[in-house]
Amino acid sequence: MQKLLAWIDERFPATKVWEEHVSKYYAPKNFNFWYYFGSLAMVVLVIQILSGIFLTMHYKPDTGLAFASVEYIMRDVPWGWLIRYLHSTGASFFFIVVYLHMFRGLMYGSFKGPRELVWIIGMVIFIALMAEAFMGYLLPWGNMSYWGAQVIISLFDAIPLVGPALSEWIRGDFVVADATLNRFFSLHVIAVPLLLLVLVFLHIVALHKVGSNNPDGVDIKKKKDAKGVPLDGIAFHPYYTVKDTVGTVVFLMFFSAVVFFTPEVGGWFLEHDNFVPANILNTPPDIKPLWYFTPFYSILRATTEELVRFGLIPFVVLLAALTVVSIRNIKAKAVTILAAVVLLVGFLMLEAKVWGVVLMGLSLVLFFFLPWLDRSPVKSIRYRGWMYKTTLGIFVVSFVVLGFLGTRNPGHVDLILFQNVRWAQVLTVVYFMFFLLMPWVSTYDKTKPVPERVTWK
Amino acid sequence: MSKKDVDPQRRTLLQATTAVGVVGAGFAAVPFVKSMTPSARAKAAGAPVEVDIGNLQPGKVMTVEWQGKPVWILRRSPEMLKSLQEVEPKLVDPKSQVADQQPSYAQNATRSIKPEVLVVIGICTHLGCSPKKELAAGSISPDWEGGFYCPCHGSKFDLAGRVYKNVPAPTNLKVPQHTYVTDSRILIGVDPKAKKGAA
Repeated sequence: MQKLLAWIDERFPATKVWEEHVSKYYAPKNFNFWYYFGSLAMVVLVIQILSGIFLTMHYKPDTGLAFASVEYIMRDVPWGWLIRYLHSTGASFFFIVVYLHMFRGLMYGSFKGPRELVWIIGMVIFIALMAEAFMGYLLPWGNMSYWGAQVIISLFDAIPLVGPALSEWIRGDFVVADATLNRFFSLHVIAVPLLLLVLVFLHIVALHKVGSNNPDGVDIKKKKDAKGVPLDGIAFHPYYTVKDTVGTVVFLMFFSAVVFFTPEVGGWFLEHDNFVPANILNTPPDIKPLWYFTPFYSILRATTEELVRFGLIPFVVLLAALTVVSIRNIKAKAVTILAAVVLLVGFLMLEAKVWGVVLMGLSLVLFFFLPWLDRSPVKSIRYRGWMYKTTLGIFVVSFVVLGFLGTRNPGHVDLILFQNVRWAQVLTVVYFMFFLLMPWVSTYDKTKPVPERVTWK
Repeated sequence: MSKKDVDPQRRTLLQATTAVGVVGAGFAAVPFVKSMTPSARAKAAGAPVEVDIGNLQPGKVMTVEWQGKPVWILRRSPEMLKSLQEVEPKLVDPKSQVADQQPSYAQNATRSIKPEVLVVIGICTHLGCSPKKELAAGSISPDWEGGFYCPCHGSKFDLAGRVYKNVPAPTNLKVPQHTYVTDSRILIGVDPKAKKGAA
């Protein structure tokens, strides 16, 4: 065995890679519950790829056959129902895990330097994951599949000049049709999964270059023993491989409970309207995406003429004024004013629909800029002041409530006092305030002293 | 490598080669990008559709499929026609001034060739959902005069497919090219002038 390993090591850096990334990769010893979700995301990725391979053996990407082939998998293929429910449940669990993983980053400042690239690659993974989920959702060719795709692809129509040609190119037809289904199948099973695997690899390479953050936000590489091992670091294997195995087992208990007892989760994981084949003449009465897209969908449909006029215009004016007052550089002041004027002219010239698409895009793009929007000297929420804690809390509440409103009829009153759309408009502004006011919040927030070493009981 | 070690001539050659390679890759991408545009079969599928509206009662609507899209044909009752004038102050574009949204022969007060018969594509101009036919007055709110209501994002249209103010949809519903072959037969997808050529 030793000889074999030596033979391999002369030709392939097996032991070297193993030591560098596993047995001698030193992670902080104070990881808590929140540090499960990175490894769990990889577990779900494996579940999705494996179950997807077997679904592809039976599924037919053809508008005439797709819906029936999914029912065939459910009824006639031995254990087909299990494989399909693993895949559909996995999709929702993927987002649960990833959202918690991202929240961990916001709490402990994992996005801050030197981990900017880890965060940015992670955000690209998140967007690729959204594309993957969206395209996968068309494949069953249910009525919600069809109309969901119709609505989201129409978003591109709003882009001035090239929009209609672009959406036609995406669909490969003038409406969502067989060509669309076929290419979404191709992208869903080959292109995006390949991209995801490459991105996950890069995410981990970037992480292992800078080392993991921890709940204290303390840099463990500052204090090392004689051998150069961080004093607060423990080897990933066996310590965290064992911890993550326990986490995976507990996760699989929850996962199996859903798969076996309530795979539809009352329409939240599998929508009722998608048990009806696609009908191009009949939009479902309450069209909505699956829950993991609804916060962004809410922002999209909250953007009406009213929001632009009474929400966005004052917001941009205020933000520009605040920026001009806060910075000293004359050139930067001029650029800020110019940008604000261009935006205001745009608000008046272009229709609200365009701004809805812009805001929805921006609600994701702003995450990329977090490392630079946050000016706090402190990473972890443990040592931040009340301002960051409060704004992060408000942001999480607005994200969740936007998500809820995205599943509801905009004209109804499901919360107190106002129609859903009005609440969504208010929360859309709150959502953007979290990001765009962060430079000031994080500058003025009083921080506590950060300890030299991690705290650990 | 420091600057001194660089042979400028070779460096120029290298850059030129790279540039040619990039241009070549750009050209090579064209067939793949083009392969995703609508195929010849998809383009050919948009043939005109002929519809018999002889049995369509006043106040009723029928739906037909044209180019994979729902097309509504609504025979408006006199009360419905009267409501068109009443709602005008609440509309974005009551005079149908956005020219792309209807052929010139439907750019009038009723957005139709015959005042009572509305032919309109039943796809919301916001994001492509198909609105619900809420033809009865008061059906979605007490001041509702009847029209079309999009469940996706709450856009509202009157009985001529004209969009209300303060909803996400920016423009009126699109009136397709159409013409009367006989008094009760409509050909959708063809202009009146081109009637003979298309048949």
